[in-house]
Amino acid sequence: MHPLFLFLSFVALLSALGVVFAKNPVHSVLFLILTFFSLSGHYLLLNAQFVAAVNIIVYAGAIMVLFLFVIMFLNLNVDTEPHKPALAKMAAAVAGGSLLLILVAALKDIVPTGVAAGTPFNSQIGMVDQLGLKLYTDYLLPFELASVLFLIAMVGAVMLGKRETGERNF
Amino acid sequence: MLELPALGWQSIVIFVVFALSLLIATYCTYAERVIAAFLQDRVGPDRAGPYGLLQPLADAVKMFTKEEFFPGGANKVLFVVGPCLAMITALMSSAVIPFGNTMSFGNNLFFLQGIEVNIGMLWIFGVVSLGVYGVMIGGWASNNKFSLLGAVRAASQNISYELAMGMSLIAVLMISGTLSLREITLQQSVAGEWQVWNIVKQPLGFIIFLVCAFAETNRTPFDLPECETELVGGYHTEYSSMKLGLYLFSEYVNIFVVSAVMSVLYFGGFNFPFQYELRDWFVNSQGWELASAQNLITLLGTVGLFLKIFAFIFFFMWIRWTLPRFRYDQLMRLGWTILIPLAVFNIVLTGALILFGVI
Repeated sequence: MHPLFLFLSFVALLSALGVVFAKNPVHSVLFLILTFFSLSGHYLLLNAQFVAAVNIIVYAGAIMVLFLFVIMFLNLNVDTEPHKPALAKMAAAVAGGSLLLILVAALKDIVPTGVAAGTPFNSQIGMVDQLGLKLYTDYLLPFELASVLFLIAMVGAVMLGKRETGERNF
Repeated sequence: MLELPALGWQSIVIFVVFALSLLIATYCTYAERVIAAFLQDRVGPDRAGPYGLLQPLADAVKMFTKEEFFPGGANKVLFVVGPCLAMITALMSSAVIPFGNTMSFGNNLFFLQGIEVNIGMLWIFGVVSLGVYGVMIGGWASNNKFSLLGAVRAASQNISYELAMGMSLIAVLMISGTLSLREITLQQSVAGEWQVWNIVKQPLGFIIFLVCAFAETNRTPFDLPECETELVGGYHTEYSSMKLGLYLFSEYVNIFVVSAVMSVLYFGGFNFPFQYELRDWFVNSQGWELASAQNLITLLGTVGLFLKIFAFIFFFMWIRWTLPRFRYDQLMRLGWTILIPLAVFNIVLTGALILFGVI
Protein backbone atom coordinates (compact mmCIF):
# COMPACT_ATOMS: atom_id res chain seq x y z
CA MET A 1 0.00 0.00 0.00
CA HIS A 2 1.08 3.53 -0.68
CA PRO A 3 2.73 5.13 2.38
CA LEU A 4 0.76 8.32 1.80
CA PHE A 5 -2.45 6.30 1.85
CA LEU A 6 -1.45 4.71 5.14
CA PHE A 7 -0.57 8.07 6.65
CA LEU A 8 -3.83 9.70 5.50
CA SER A 9 -5.88 6.77 6.75
CA PHE A 10 -4.11 6.95 10.09
CA VAL A 11 -4.85 10.67 10.40
CA ALA A 12 -8.44 10.21 9.25
CA LEU A 13 -9.16 7.43 11.75
CA LEU A 14 -7.38 9.15 14.61
CA SER A 15 -9.17 12.46 14.08
CA ALA A 16 -12.50 10.70 13.59
CA LEU A 17 -11.98 9.06 16.97
CA GLY A 18 -11.06 12.48 18.31
CA VAL A 19 -14.44 13.81 17.17
CA VAL A 20 -16.23 11.23 19.28
CA PHE A 21 -14.00 11.24 22.34
CA ALA A 22 -13.14 14.93 22.72
CA LYS A 23 -14.73 16.40 25.84
CA ASN A 24 -14.93 19.90 24.39
CA PRO A 25 -17.38 20.33 21.48
CA VAL A 26 -15.10 22.91 19.83
CA HIS A 27 -12.29 20.35 19.79
CA SER A 28 -14.72 17.87 18.23
CA VAL A 29 -15.47 20.32 15.43
CA LEU A 30 -11.77 20.93 14.82
CA PHE A 31 -11.09 17.18 14.70
CA LEU A 32 -13.94 16.83 12.21
CA ILE A 33 -12.31 19.47 10.01
CA LEU A 34 -9.05 17.53 10.17
CA THR A 35 -10.98 14.42 9.12
CA PHE A 36 -12.34 16.25 6.09
CA PHE A 37 -8.83 17.31 5.15
CA SER A 38 -7.51 13.77 5.26
CA LEU A 39 -10.50 12.61 3.21
CA SER A 40 -9.63 15.28 0.64
CA GLY A 41 -6.12 13.86 0.61
CA HIS A 42 -7.63 10.48 -0.23
CA TYR A 43 -9.56 12.04 -3.10
CA LEU A 44 -6.31 13.53 -4.39
CA LEU A 45 -4.69 10.09 -4.27
CA LEU A 46 -7.63 8.84 -6.33
CA ASN A 47 -6.86 11.60 -8.88
CA ALA A 48 -10.14 13.37 -8.15
CA GLN A 49 -8.82 16.91 -7.77
CA PHE A 50 -12.19 18.56 -8.27
CA VAL A 51 -13.93 16.49 -5.60
CA ALA A 52 -11.04 17.14 -3.22
CA ALA A 53 -11.26 20.91 -3.68
CA VAL A 54 -15.04 20.99 -3.45
CA ASN A 55 -14.95 18.83 -0.33
CA ILE A 56 -12.71 21.42 1.31
CA ILE A 57 -14.76 24.38 0.12
CA VAL A 58 -18.18 23.02 1.00
CA TYR A 59 -17.52 20.99 4.14
CA ALA A 60 -14.45 22.51 5.75
CA GLY A 61 -15.01 26.02 4.41
CA ALA A 62 -18.75 26.49 4.79
CA ILE A 63 -20.60 23.86 6.80
CA MET A 64 -18.07 23.46 9.58
CA VAL A 65 -17.81 27.23 9.96
CA LEU A 66 -21.54 27.29 10.71
CA PHE A 67 -21.08 24.40 13.15
CA LEU A 68 -18.31 26.30 14.90
CA PHE A 69 -20.54 29.37 14.94
CA VAL A 70 -23.30 27.61 16.81
CA ILE A 71 -21.04 25.69 19.18
CA MET A 72 -19.10 28.78 20.20
CA PHE A 73 -22.29 30.28 21.53
CA LEU A 74 -23.08 27.25 23.68
CA ASN A 75 -22.55 27.54 27.38
CA LEU A 76 -19.75 25.05 27.87
CA ASN A 77 -19.65 24.89 31.68
CA VAL A 78 -19.72 21.41 33.12
CA ASP A 79 -22.56 22.08 35.58
CA THR A 80 -24.93 23.40 32.90
CA GLU A 81 -24.33 20.39 30.70
CA PRO A 82 -27.54 18.37 30.40
CA HIS A 83 -27.27 14.92 31.96
CA LYS A 84 -28.91 12.31 29.82
CA PRO A 85 -30.96 9.60 31.56
CA ALA A 86 -29.53 6.08 31.58
CA LEU A 87 -32.34 4.87 29.32
CA ALA A 88 -31.32 7.31 26.55
CA LYS A 89 -27.70 6.21 26.83
CA MET A 90 -28.73 2.58 26.59
CA ALA A 91 -30.92 3.28 23.55
CA ALA A 92 -28.06 5.13 21.86
CA ALA A 93 -25.68 2.23 22.53
CA VAL A 94 -28.17 -0.29 21.12
CA ALA A 95 -28.88 1.80 18.02
CA GLY A 96 -25.20 2.45 17.34
CA GLY A 97 -24.34 -1.21 17.95
CA SER A 98 -26.96 -2.42 15.48
CA LEU A 99 -25.73 0.03 12.86
CA LEU A 100 -22.21 -1.31 13.35
CA LEU A 101 -23.51 -4.87 13.06
CA ILE A 102 -25.33 -4.09 9.80
CA LEU A 103 -22.30 -2.34 8.33
CA VAL A 104 -19.98 -5.20 9.23
CA ALA A 105 -22.46 -7.76 7.88
CA ALA A 106 -22.83 -5.82 4.64
CA LEU A 107 -19.13 -5.30 4.06
CA LYS A 108 -17.72 -8.60 5.27
CA ASP A 109 -18.29 -10.57 2.05
CA ILE A 110 -17.10 -7.87 -0.32
CA VAL A 111 -14.56 -9.01 -2.89
CA PRO A 112 -12.67 -6.15 -4.50
CA THR A 113 -13.12 -6.68 -8.22
CA GLY A 114 -10.39 -4.37 -9.40
CA VAL A 115 -10.08 -3.42 -13.03
CA ALA A 116 -10.44 -6.06 -15.73
CA ALA A 117 -7.06 -6.79 -17.29
CA GLY A 118 -6.56 -5.02 -20.57
CA THR A 119 -8.71 -2.00 -19.68
CA PRO A 120 -6.66 1.05 -20.70
CA PHE A 121 -5.90 3.33 -17.76
CA ASN A 122 -7.38 6.79 -18.26
CA SER A 123 -5.22 9.29 -16.41
CA GLN A 124 -7.75 12.06 -17.04
CA ILE A 125 -10.55 10.37 -15.12
CA GLY A 126 -11.66 12.49 -12.20
CA MET A 127 -10.40 15.70 -13.78
CA VAL A 128 -12.75 18.65 -14.02
CA ASP A 129 -13.63 18.34 -17.71
CA GLN A 130 -14.35 14.61 -17.47
CA LEU A 131 -16.58 15.18 -14.48
CA GLY A 132 -18.36 18.05 -16.22
CA LEU A 133 -19.02 15.97 -19.33
CA LYS A 134 -20.46 13.19 -17.20
CA LEU A 135 -22.66 15.58 -15.23
CA TYR A 136 -23.98 17.35 -18.30
CA THR A 137 -24.70 14.20 -20.32
CA ASP A 138 -25.69 11.31 -18.07
CA TYR A 139 -26.85 13.20 -15.00
CA LEU A 140 -28.28 16.37 -16.52
CA LEU A 141 -31.68 16.30 -14.83
CA PRO A 142 -30.49 15.69 -11.23
CA PHE A 143 -27.77 18.27 -11.73
CA GLU A 144 -30.18 20.92 -12.96
CA LEU A 145 -32.68 20.12 -10.19
CA ALA A 146 -29.92 20.52 -7.60
CA SER A 147 -28.98 23.89 -9.07
CA VAL A 148 -32.63 25.03 -8.89
CA LEU A 149 -32.63 23.99 -5.24
CA PHE A 150 -29.54 26.11 -4.60
CA LEU A 151 -31.10 29.07 -6.37
CA ILE A 152 -34.20 28.76 -4.19
CA ALA A 153 -32.06 28.69 -1.05
CA MET A 154 -30.19 31.78 -2.21
CA VAL A 155 -33.36 33.71 -3.03
CA GLY A 156 -34.70 32.72 0.37
CA ALA A 157 -31.60 34.09 2.10
CA VAL A 158 -31.88 37.37 0.20
CA MET A 159 -35.59 37.61 1.07
CA LEU A 160 -34.83 37.09 4.78
CA GLY A 161 -32.24 39.85 4.64
CA LYS A 162 -34.54 42.29 2.92
CA ARG A 163 -35.68 45.37 4.76
CA GLU A 164 -39.35 45.11 5.77
CA THR A 165 -41.56 48.08 4.98
CA GLY A 166 -41.34 50.60 7.76
CA GLU A 167 -38.37 48.86 9.44
CA ARG A 168 -35.63 51.16 10.63
CA ASN A 169 -32.53 50.07 12.46
CA PHE A 170 -31.17 53.47 13.38
CA MET B 1 25.05 25.75 -16.06
CA LEU B 2 24.00 24.14 -12.83
CA GLU B 3 22.17 20.90 -13.45
CA LEU B 4 19.04 20.44 -11.41
CA PRO B 5 16.12 18.07 -11.88
CA ALA B 6 12.82 19.69 -12.85
CA LEU B 7 11.55 19.40 -9.29
CA GLY B 8 14.61 21.27 -8.06
CA TRP B 9 13.82 24.23 -10.28
CA GLN B 10 10.23 24.15 -9.13
CA SER B 11 11.21 24.17 -5.48
CA ILE B 12 13.40 27.23 -6.13
CA VAL B 13 10.36 28.94 -7.67
CA ILE B 14 8.23 27.97 -4.67
CA PHE B 15 10.83 29.31 -2.27
CA VAL B 16 11.13 32.58 -4.19
CA VAL B 17 7.34 33.02 -4.27
CA PHE B 18 7.20 32.40 -0.51
CA ALA B 19 10.01 34.86 0.19
CA LEU B 20 8.56 37.48 -2.12
CA SER B 21 5.10 37.30 -0.54
CA LEU B 22 6.64 37.86 2.88
CA LEU B 23 8.93 40.65 1.65
CA ILE B 24 6.14 42.47 -0.15
CA ALA B 25 3.83 42.09 2.84
CA THR B 26 6.59 43.51 5.07
CA TYR B 27 7.00 46.55 2.89
CA CYS B 28 3.23 46.92 2.61
CA THR B 29 3.27 47.98 6.25
CA TYR B 30 5.81 50.65 5.31
CA ALA B 31 3.91 51.65 2.17
CA GLU B 32 0.71 51.95 4.18
CA ARG B 33 2.28 54.58 6.43
CA VAL B 34 3.95 56.43 3.60
CA ILE B 35 0.72 56.55 1.61
CA ALA B 36 -1.27 57.53 4.68
CA ALA B 37 1.20 60.31 5.33
CA PHE B 38 1.01 61.42 1.71
CA LEU B 39 -2.78 61.46 1.66
CA GLN B 40 -3.03 63.27 4.98
CA ASP B 41 -0.21 65.69 4.18
CA ARG B 42 2.11 64.43 6.91
CA VAL B 43 5.76 63.38 6.89
CA GLY B 44 5.35 59.70 7.69
CA PRO B 45 8.06 57.31 8.90
CA ASP B 46 11.50 58.86 8.32
CA ARG B 47 13.54 57.92 11.42
CA ALA B 48 14.66 54.32 10.89
CA GLY B 49 17.16 54.23 8.05
CA PRO B 50 17.10 56.30 4.86
CA TYR B 51 13.51 57.39 4.09
CA GLY B 52 12.45 55.24 7.05
CA LEU B 53 13.07 52.10 5.02
CA LEU B 54 14.05 50.07 8.08
CA GLN B 55 10.73 50.83 9.79
CA PRO B 56 9.30 47.29 9.21
CA LEU B 57 12.41 45.85 10.87
CA ALA B 58 11.96 48.15 13.84
CA ASP B 59 8.32 47.09 14.06
CA ALA B 60 9.32 43.44 14.03
CA VAL B 61 11.80 44.00 16.85
CA LYS B 62 9.10 45.78 18.82
CA MET B 63 6.62 42.96 18.24
CA PHE B 64 9.07 40.23 19.19
CA THR B 65 10.23 41.88 22.39
CA LYS B 66 6.77 42.64 23.73
CA GLU B 67 5.34 40.58 26.56
CA GLU B 68 3.87 37.23 25.58
CA PHE B 69 0.48 37.39 27.26
CA PHE B 70 -2.02 34.59 27.80
CA PRO B 71 -5.40 35.66 29.18
CA GLY B 72 -6.65 33.69 32.16
CA GLY B 73 -8.80 30.68 31.28
CA ALA B 74 -7.75 30.83 27.66
CA ASN B 75 -7.32 27.64 25.69
CA LYS B 76 -3.51 27.75 25.39
CA VAL B 77 -3.11 25.50 22.35
CA LEU B 78 -5.87 27.06 20.26
CA PHE B 79 -4.77 30.54 21.34
CA VAL B 80 -1.46 29.89 19.56
CA VAL B 81 -3.00 27.91 16.69
CA GLY B 82 -5.31 30.81 15.72
CA PRO B 83 -2.69 33.28 14.43
CA CYS B 84 -0.68 30.43 12.88
CA LEU B 85 -3.73 29.34 10.89
CA ALA B 86 -4.37 32.91 9.76
CA MET B 87 -0.81 33.17 8.46
CA ILE B 88 -0.74 29.70 6.85
CA THR B 89 -3.98 30.18 4.95
CA ALA B 90 -2.83 33.61 3.77
CA LEU B 91 0.43 32.20 2.40
CA MET B 92 -1.07 29.06 0.88
CA SER B 93 -3.02 30.75 -1.89
CA SER B 94 0.02 32.20 -3.64
CA ALA B 95 1.05 28.63 -4.58
CA VAL B 96 -1.10 28.46 -7.69
CA ILE B 97 -0.70 32.00 -8.98
CA PRO B 98 1.23 32.12 -12.27
CA PHE B 99 3.83 34.83 -11.68
CA GLY B 100 5.27 34.39 -15.16
CA ASN B 101 5.28 32.34 -18.30
CA THR B 102 7.84 29.57 -18.93
CA MET B 103 11.62 29.95 -18.76
CA SER B 104 13.88 27.56 -20.61
CA PHE B 105 17.51 26.79 -19.87
CA GLY B 106 18.85 24.23 -22.31
CA ASN B 107 16.32 21.44 -22.22
CA ASN B 108 14.82 22.43 -18.91
CA LEU B 109 11.50 24.21 -19.22
CA PHE B 110 9.97 25.42 -16.01
CA PHE B 111 7.01 27.49 -14.98
CA LEU B 112 7.31 30.64 -12.90
CA GLN B 113 4.51 29.30 -10.74
CA GLY B 114 4.49 27.28 -7.54
CA ILE B 115 2.30 24.44 -8.75
CA GLU B 116 0.33 24.24 -11.96
CA VAL B 117 -2.94 22.45 -11.18
CA ASN B 118 -6.07 22.33 -13.25
CA ILE B 119 -8.16 23.46 -10.28
CA GLY B 120 -6.20 26.64 -9.53
CA MET B 121 -9.24 28.84 -9.07
CA LEU B 122 -10.93 26.32 -6.77
CA TRP B 123 -7.73 26.16 -4.73
CA ILE B 124 -7.80 29.93 -4.22
CA PHE B 125 -11.46 29.81 -3.30
CA GLY B 126 -10.95 26.93 -0.88
CA VAL B 127 -8.02 28.56 0.87
CA VAL B 128 -9.91 31.84 1.17
CA SER B 129 -12.82 30.02 2.75
CA LEU B 130 -10.44 28.46 5.29
CA GLY B 131 -9.05 31.85 6.30
CA VAL B 132 -12.00 32.38 8.59
CA TYR B 133 -10.82 29.61 10.95
CA GLY B 134 -7.81 31.57 12.13
CA VAL B 135 -10.09 34.40 13.15
CA MET B 136 -12.76 32.24 14.78
CA ILE B 137 -10.40 29.97 16.69
CA GLY B 138 -8.34 32.92 17.91
CA GLY B 139 -11.42 34.81 19.03
CA TRP B 140 -12.93 31.85 20.83
CA ALA B 141 -9.72 30.71 22.52
CA SER B 142 -9.20 34.17 24.05
CA ASN B 143 -11.94 33.47 26.61
CA ASN B 144 -13.23 37.01 26.28
CA LYS B 145 -16.75 37.88 25.23
CA PHE B 146 -15.61 40.87 23.17
CA SER B 147 -13.12 38.70 21.30
CA LEU B 148 -15.81 36.10 20.67
CA LEU B 149 -18.26 38.70 19.38
CA GLY B 150 -15.51 40.17 17.20
CA ALA B 151 -14.70 36.74 15.81
CA VAL B 152 -18.34 36.04 15.00
CA ARG B 153 -18.66 39.46 13.38
CA ALA B 154 -15.58 38.81 11.25
CA ALA B 155 -16.64 35.30 10.33
CA SER B 156 -20.14 36.27 9.28
CA GLN B 157 -18.73 39.08 7.16
CA ASN B 158 -16.27 36.74 5.48
CA ILE B 159 -18.74 34.00 4.68
CA SER B 160 -21.31 36.52 3.41
CA TYR B 161 -18.92 38.07 0.94
CA GLU B 162 -17.41 34.74 -0.10
CA LEU B 163 -20.71 33.92 -1.80
CA ALA B 164 -20.74 36.96 -4.06
CA MET B 165 -17.02 36.52 -4.68
CA GLY B 166 -17.50 32.92 -5.80
CA MET B 167 -20.32 33.87 -8.10
CA SER B 168 -18.35 36.65 -9.74
CA LEU B 169 -15.61 34.07 -10.37
CA ILE B 170 -18.14 31.77 -12.04
CA ALA B 171 -18.72 34.39 -14.74
CA VAL B 172 -14.96 34.40 -15.46
CA LEU B 173 -15.07 30.61 -15.64
CA MET B 174 -17.89 30.77 -18.15
CA ILE B 175 -15.87 32.82 -20.62
CA SER B 176 -12.57 31.02 -20.03
CA GLY B 177 -13.84 27.44 -19.75
CA THR B 178 -10.98 26.39 -17.46
CA LEU B 179 -10.11 26.50 -13.78
CA SER B 180 -6.37 26.73 -14.37
CA LEU B 181 -5.07 30.22 -13.67
CA ARG B 182 -2.25 29.75 -16.17
CA GLU B 183 -4.72 28.85 -18.93
CA ILE B 184 -6.88 31.86 -18.04
CA THR B 185 -3.82 34.10 -18.31
CA LEU B 186 -2.72 32.64 -21.64
CA GLN B 187 -6.21 33.07 -23.08
CA GLN B 188 -6.06 36.80 -22.48
CA SER B 189 -3.30 37.26 -25.02
CA VAL B 190 -2.83 35.00 -28.03
CA ALA B 191 -0.11 35.54 -30.63
CA GLY B 192 -1.45 36.98 -33.88
CA GLU B 193 -4.97 37.49 -32.56
CA TRP B 194 -6.82 40.49 -31.23
CA GLN B 195 -7.52 39.60 -27.61
CA VAL B 196 -8.62 41.79 -24.75
CA TRP B 197 -8.11 41.37 -21.03
CA ASN B 198 -11.01 39.95 -19.08
CA ILE B 199 -11.77 43.30 -17.49
CA VAL B 200 -13.31 44.38 -20.83
CA LYS B 201 -15.52 41.31 -20.92
CA GLN B 202 -16.34 41.32 -17.22
CA PRO B 203 -16.54 44.89 -15.90
CA LEU B 204 -19.45 44.18 -13.56
CA GLY B 205 -17.89 40.94 -12.33
CA PHE B 206 -14.65 42.76 -11.60
CA ILE B 207 -16.38 45.42 -9.52
CA ILE B 208 -18.19 42.75 -7.50
CA PHE B 209 -14.92 40.86 -7.02
CA LEU B 210 -13.12 44.03 -5.98
CA VAL B 211 -15.70 44.92 -3.33
CA CYS B 212 -15.65 41.35 -2.01
CA ALA B 213 -11.85 41.40 -1.97
CA PHE B 214 -11.95 44.41 0.33
CA ALA B 215 -14.38 42.61 2.60
CA GLU B 216 -12.40 39.36 2.59
CA THR B 217 -9.15 41.07 3.53
CA ASN B 218 -10.90 43.10 6.27
CA ARG B 219 -9.87 46.42 4.78
CA THR B 220 -11.68 49.71 5.08
CA PRO B 221 -14.55 50.31 4.34
CA PHE B 222 -15.19 46.75 5.58
CA ASP B 223 -12.78 46.61 8.51
CA LEU B 224 -15.42 45.99 11.15
CA PRO B 225 -13.62 42.87 12.42
CA GLU B 226 -10.93 45.08 13.84
CA CYS B 227 -12.28 48.57 14.33
CA GLU B 228 -10.75 49.76 17.56
CA THR B 229 -12.74 52.88 18.15
CA GLU B 230 -16.35 51.72 18.15
CA LEU B 231 -16.30 47.97 18.65
CA VAL B 232 -13.41 47.16 21.04
CA GLY B 233 -10.73 45.78 18.76
CA GLY B 234 -12.26 42.55 17.62
CA TYR B 235 -11.08 38.96 17.52
CA HIS B 236 -7.52 39.97 18.44
CA THR B 237 -8.36 42.07 21.50
CA GLU B 238 -6.45 39.72 23.81
CA TYR B 239 -3.47 39.20 21.56
CA SER B 240 -0.09 40.78 22.09
CA SER B 241 3.47 40.52 20.79
CA MET B 242 4.15 38.52 17.64
CA LYS B 243 0.85 36.62 17.80
CA LEU B 244 -0.89 39.92 17.18
CA GLY B 245 1.82 40.64 14.64
CA LEU B 246 0.93 37.48 12.71
CA TYR B 247 -2.73 38.51 12.53
CA LEU B 248 -1.87 41.99 11.29
CA PHE B 249 0.77 40.64 8.94
CA SER B 250 -1.54 38.02 7.41
CA GLU B 251 -3.82 40.88 6.37
CA TYR B 252 -1.02 42.29 4.21
CA VAL B 253 -0.20 38.89 2.76
CA ASN B 254 -3.88 38.58 1.90
CA ILE B 255 -3.83 41.95 0.18
CA PHE B 256 -0.84 40.88 -1.90
CA VAL B 257 -2.45 37.59 -2.86
CA VAL B 258 -5.82 39.06 -3.70
CA SER B 259 -4.14 41.76 -5.81
CA ALA B 260 -2.28 39.05 -7.66
CA VAL B 261 -5.50 37.11 -8.22
CA MET B 262 -7.24 40.20 -9.57
CA SER B 263 -4.33 40.96 -11.90
CA VAL B 264 -4.34 37.40 -13.19
CA LEU B 265 -8.09 37.01 -13.62
CA TYR B 266 -9.02 40.42 -14.98
CA PHE B 267 -5.88 42.29 -16.02
CA GLY B 268 -4.04 39.80 -18.18
CA GLY B 269 -1.65 38.40 -15.55
CA PHE B 270 1.87 38.27 -16.93
CA ASN B 271 0.81 39.46 -20.39
CA PHE B 272 1.61 42.93 -21.58
CA PRO B 273 0.61 44.65 -24.83
CA PHE B 274 2.63 43.87 -27.96
CA GLN B 275 4.69 41.16 -26.24
CA TYR B 276 4.69 38.86 -29.26
CA GLU B 277 5.67 41.73 -31.57
CA LEU B 278 8.54 42.56 -29.21
CA ARG B 279 9.69 38.94 -29.15
CA ASP B 280 9.58 38.71 -32.93
CA TRP B 281 11.49 41.98 -33.19
CA PHE B 282 14.25 40.57 -30.98
CA VAL B 283 14.38 37.39 -33.05
CA ASN B 284 14.17 38.94 -36.51
CA SER B 285 15.98 42.27 -36.19
CA GLN B 286 18.43 41.60 -33.37
CA GLY B 287 19.26 38.01 -34.27
CA TRP B 288 18.44 36.54 -30.83
CA GLU B 289 17.56 32.92 -30.34
CA LEU B 290 13.85 32.28 -29.87
CA ALA B 291 14.39 30.73 -26.43
CA SER B 292 16.35 33.65 -25.00
CA ALA B 293 13.91 36.16 -26.48
CA GLN B 294 11.09 34.19 -24.84
CA ASN B 295 12.97 34.24 -21.52
CA LEU B 296 13.34 38.00 -21.74
CA ILE B 297 9.63 38.42 -22.50
CA THR B 298 8.81 36.17 -19.54
CA LEU B 299 10.93 38.30 -17.22
CA LEU B 300 9.36 41.50 -18.54
CA GLY B 301 5.93 39.90 -18.07
CA THR B 302 6.76 39.05 -14.45
CA VAL B 303 7.83 42.65 -13.86
CA GLY B 304 4.58 43.76 -15.49
CA LEU B 305 2.52 41.49 -13.25
CA PHE B 306 4.22 42.87 -10.17
CA LEU B 307 3.55 46.43 -11.37
CA LYS B 308 -0.13 45.53 -11.68
CA ILE B 309 -0.06 44.00 -8.20
CA PHE B 310 1.58 47.11 -6.73
CA ALA B 311 -1.03 49.29 -8.43
CA PHE B 312 -3.77 47.26 -6.73
CA ILE B 313 -2.00 47.41 -3.37
CA PHE B 314 -1.80 51.18 -3.74
CA PHE B 315 -5.51 51.21 -4.56
CA PHE B 316 -6.26 49.26 -1.37
CA MET B 317 -4.37 51.81 0.70
CA TRP B 318 -5.81 54.77 -1.14
CA ILE B 319 -9.33 53.52 -0.32
CA ARG B 320 -8.38 52.90 3.29
CA TRP B 321 -7.34 56.49 3.88
CA THR B 322 -10.23 57.94 1.88
CA LEU B 323 -13.45 56.19 2.90
CA PRO B 324 -15.01 55.79 6.35
CA ARG B 325 -16.16 52.35 7.41
CA PHE B 326 -19.67 50.99 6.99
CA ARG B 327 -22.09 50.34 9.79
CA TYR B 328 -22.59 46.62 10.35
CA ASP B 329 -26.17 46.43 9.04
CA GLN B 330 -25.17 48.40 5.95
CA LEU B 331 -22.36 45.92 5.35
CA MET B 332 -24.67 42.92 5.59
CA ARG B 333 -27.29 44.56 3.41
CA LEU B 334 -24.70 45.39 0.74
CA GLY B 335 -23.47 41.81 0.74
CA TRP B 336 -26.75 39.93 0.71
CA THR B 337 -29.25 42.15 -1.05
CA ILE B 338 -27.06 44.00 -3.54
CA LEU B 339 -23.90 42.08 -4.38
CA ILE B 340 -25.38 38.56 -4.54
CA PRO B 341 -28.34 39.47 -6.81
CA LEU B 342 -25.93 41.53 -8.91
CA ALA B 343 -23.57 38.57 -9.19
CA VAL B 344 -26.45 36.29 -10.27
CA PHE B 345 -27.46 38.92 -12.82
CA ASN B 346 -23.87 39.04 -14.04
CA ILE B 347 -23.87 35.27 -14.54
CA VAL B 348 -27.11 35.44 -16.54
CA LEU B 349 -25.82 38.37 -18.58
CA THR B 350 -22.53 36.60 -19.32
CA GLY B 351 -24.43 33.48 -20.35
CA ALA B 352 -26.62 35.50 -22.71
CA LEU B 353 -23.63 37.30 -24.23
CA ILE B 354 -21.83 34.00 -24.79
CA LEU B 355 -24.98 32.48 -26.29
CA PHE B 356 -25.35 35.32 -28.78
CA GLY B 357 -21.66 35.23 -29.58
CA VAL B 358 -20.80 38.72 -28.34
CA ILE B 359 -17.88 37.61 -26.12
